[in-house]
Amino acid sequence: MENLLQVEHLRVEAKVGPKRFAAIVKDVSFSVARGEVLALIGESGSGKTTIALSALGYSRPGCRIAGGRVILEGADVLTLDRETLRKLRGRRISYLAQSAAATFNPSLTIGEQVTESTVLHGVMDQETANARAVDLYRQLDLPDPESLGRRYPHQVSGGQLQRLMAAMALCSGPDLMVLDEPTTALDVTTQIEVLRAFKDIIRDQGTAAIYVTHDLAVVAQIADRILVLRGGDIVEMGDTAQILNNPAHQYTRKLMAAIRPPPAVGGDGGAVAGEEHLEPPVIRVKDVTAGYGRITNGKPAATVLYDIDTEVDRRSVVGVIGESGCGKSTLARVIAGLLPPAEGELLLDDHDLEGRLEDRSLEELQRVQIVFQMADVALNPRQRIGDILGRPLELYHGLKGAKRDKRVAELLAMVELPESFSIRYPEELSGGQKQRINLARALAADPDVILADEVTSALDTIVGAAVIDLLKGLRERLGVSYMFISHDLSTVASFADRIVVLYAGRIVEDGTTGNILGLPSHPYTQLLLSSVPELRQGWLEDVMRSRSALAGIAREVESTDTGCPFYPRCPVAIDGVCETTPVPYREPVAGHRIACHREIDELVAFEREL
Amino acid sequence: MSEETNDATQEISLDAAGARPLFQLSTMGKVGVGIVVFWIVVALIGPFFAPYHPADFVSDESYGPMSAENFLGTDYIGRDILSRVLHGARLTMSLSFLATILAFVVGIGLGFTAALSGPRIDMIISRIYDAFLSIPTIMLGLVVIAALGSSIPVLIVTAGLIYSCGLYRIARALALDIKVMDFVEAARARGEKLPWIIRREILPNAVVPLVAEFGLRLVFSILFISGLSFLGLGVQPPTADWGVMVRENLGGLYGGSPAALVPAAAIASLTVGINLIVDDFSAQRGQEIAEEMI
Repeated sequence: MENLLQVEHLRVEAKVGPKRFAAIVKDVSFSVARGEVLALIGESGSGKTTIALSALGYSRPGCRIAGGRVILEGADVLTLDRETLRKLRGRRISYLAQSAAATFNPSLTIGEQVTESTVLHGVMDQETANARAVDLYRQLDLPDPESLGRRYPHQVSGGQLQRLMAAMALCSGPDLMVLDEPTTALDVTTQIEVLRAFKDIIRDQGTAAIYVTHDLAVVAQIADRILVLRGGDIVEMGDTAQILNNPAHQYTRKLMAAIRPPPAVGGDGGAVAGEEHLEPPVIRVKDVTAGYGRITNGKPAATVLYDIDTEVDRRSVVGVIGESGCGKSTLARVIAGLLPPAEGELLLDDHDLEGRLEDRSLEELQRVQIVFQMADVALNPRQRIGDILGRPLELYHGLKGAKRDKRVAELLAMVELPESFSIRYPEELSGGQKQRINLARALAADPDVILADEVTSALDTIVGAAVIDLLKGLRERLGVSYMFISHDLSTVASFADRIVVLYAGRIVEDGTTGNILGLPSHPYTQLLLSSVPELRQGWLEDVMRSRSALAGIAREVESTDTGCPFYPRCPVAIDGVCETTPVPYREPVAGHRIACHREIDELVAFEREL
Repeated sequence: MSEETNDATQEISLDAAGARPLFQLSTMGKVGVGIVVFWIVVALIGPFFAPYHPADFVSDESYGPMSAENFLGTDYIGRDILSRVLHGARLTMSLSFLATILAFVVGIGLGFTAALSGPRIDMIISRIYDAFLSIPTIMLGLVVIAALGSSIPVLIVTAGLIYSCGLYRIARALALDIKVMDFVEAARARGEKLPWIIRREILPNAVVPLVAEFGLRLVFSILFISGLSFLGLGVQPPTADWGVMVRENLGGLYGGSPAALVPAAAIASLTVGINLIVDDFSAQRGQEIAEEMI
């Protein structure tokens, strides 16, 4: 195959001080052929995005391309003047960023934005561009291709917006597309639909693509060749099959080991009987309804959680999973007191726990700690680490001066960071280190329960795995309980004792981890389980084939007051019953609940078929 | 790249600013600092170097020319202009400085309170300020001073309250932005009280934009107070004040006397100086924010 893009001895430097530069990409060479998908993979800081951007002749502020050549069909992109480069970027190379929500302007219609660059660069006139956009919508399996262009970004779902970004990138018919972590922020169920659409359209359009990601399982589905990067150097390069089946380099093997295998589905996990309650649970949530806005008749204007009933045992881990928007984080906020429930009650060790923060005692506050998802914004950028960790010590335990400093050092040691970090500011830390500090702050309170909200989601695989190991170790040593909230089923399954599956604000299934992974289970749990990408080629095709049985992956989620919320997406829905009648809880074994109209036998039979 | 080491490469994160100094002056910024420092020194020790008492009639001539005795000439009743400018610096600058401080304390205090203590209080304070803002500032100043009479405390309080409007708006908007950050939520969940949250979580994150704002407000209140004095409602003669001096000597301009231009130039140079610093500061911050966003 003829090479479309040839990168030779690329070197990119970042400014580290006045007139001081350090190389963040060192002597990288590779090529991309027409119609080929090359994946750049590595941890954060490996230089993968920097390399991908250099294909557009672009370097981020504070960086400069210090050497090498980037040749697009004979012409060196790095030597082009601004105007030629601008034309090149508009016509021949397009860039697809990680967050569609941040890429689209909320006040312009989708159609205007998808066609804007194409028309602006004179590739085609507005009418031709509109027609082409409609064509692309159709190829990307978007609903109502004819009228979609007239809608606004907030009127479509996140997964649809992500696909629309691909339409935007492809509208001018570029030769090369650079995709930067395009599915990382998505739920597993949405990720599948976006991946499949990307894969099909790249093949149909014959566009070459550079696909940047840290997720090997995703890469396995879409890439022809893989380039493994670390610290700005190429570790290994090869065909996808070779890298996956026969990695030559130790680091590649380490990357693969950090991926948790998808939880084993099937088996008779349900055999475990309900455990005995020796002590009362630390936290009980009883029939809680909560949401935002004015409360009328015990229902908030926007209800997020309906009749939630669950508990966290001492020294145990309860995993809460579901797609984004299902109410996972809201549940944590309710327990933490940040959002008082509209109805229902909370118990801490069999004592009433007030819904409002202001009504809770300092001791109650100390015993329940919340760890926020985004360590970047959860730590005050203007406070030193020592002060961030020291404050809960002062507030709850009255520690001051040397005693406080000593405890701060202990906490840092507990999360495996050096004592010297106490004088640093958060911005001087990496993402994984910030998340550890975020966790250490909760530990400083000496809590009984930690509510961990998606604490590994923003981290790449290796760092995320390290944080999970840390949580496990702390649980053994300190005996804290966790409510571990995540959309990543494989992470939850490797860690939790019990799992609660939320859908549209309702518990559709809960039980021990074995119960949840085994048969029978709720059709929604099945959908989640089968959506976790596997580290093998061809998985996407296999799952799409079996998906045809599961009607509709990405229908809009509706919160209904009557009936089962999963009804519109459910492959085993019973028309006339599921959407109107309140859902009964089936209990295959004590402690395992499934909210479904189908009998247990029917569910088992259906799942065995898959 | 001889300084480069492998470790350095590992440590670099593009987002981390590291130990970069908060603010480096450009040439124009340095000029601004020079001008402002000059006037601060004049305000502090200038009066000791003044050749005459500012109220003394040192010459029989009105609008006397520049001479060895009267370095910048004399004014309409024969007082030494240099001495009056030196004395006036202290009054003009301290008045506007105090007014700006007052505007800051009131505006930021109320702005943060409004943003953080619930919709009802927010609405009450905001509507009062809206009403306040709907009256043109000079007119409001004129009315208040006409009603209460002109004295230095009245001037400071009037200017301070008028300029607290803008600060209230800015402080409230900043606090609303910062309030939704998770670290503020975390502080609330920890059980922190409102004053602590304002002092330790919100304020440190609002300081940079507020510092730039301080310079701008200072310029406004210098102009406002000088303007009132020029109109005869501010500092009262015979006290030396730059605004008063411009007014007193306006007539001399027809005869070609620069007596009104000297204090006018003083006002202009001080405000330009402050603006140069503020511009430099905001340009650099803007650059950093732009870099962070990309």
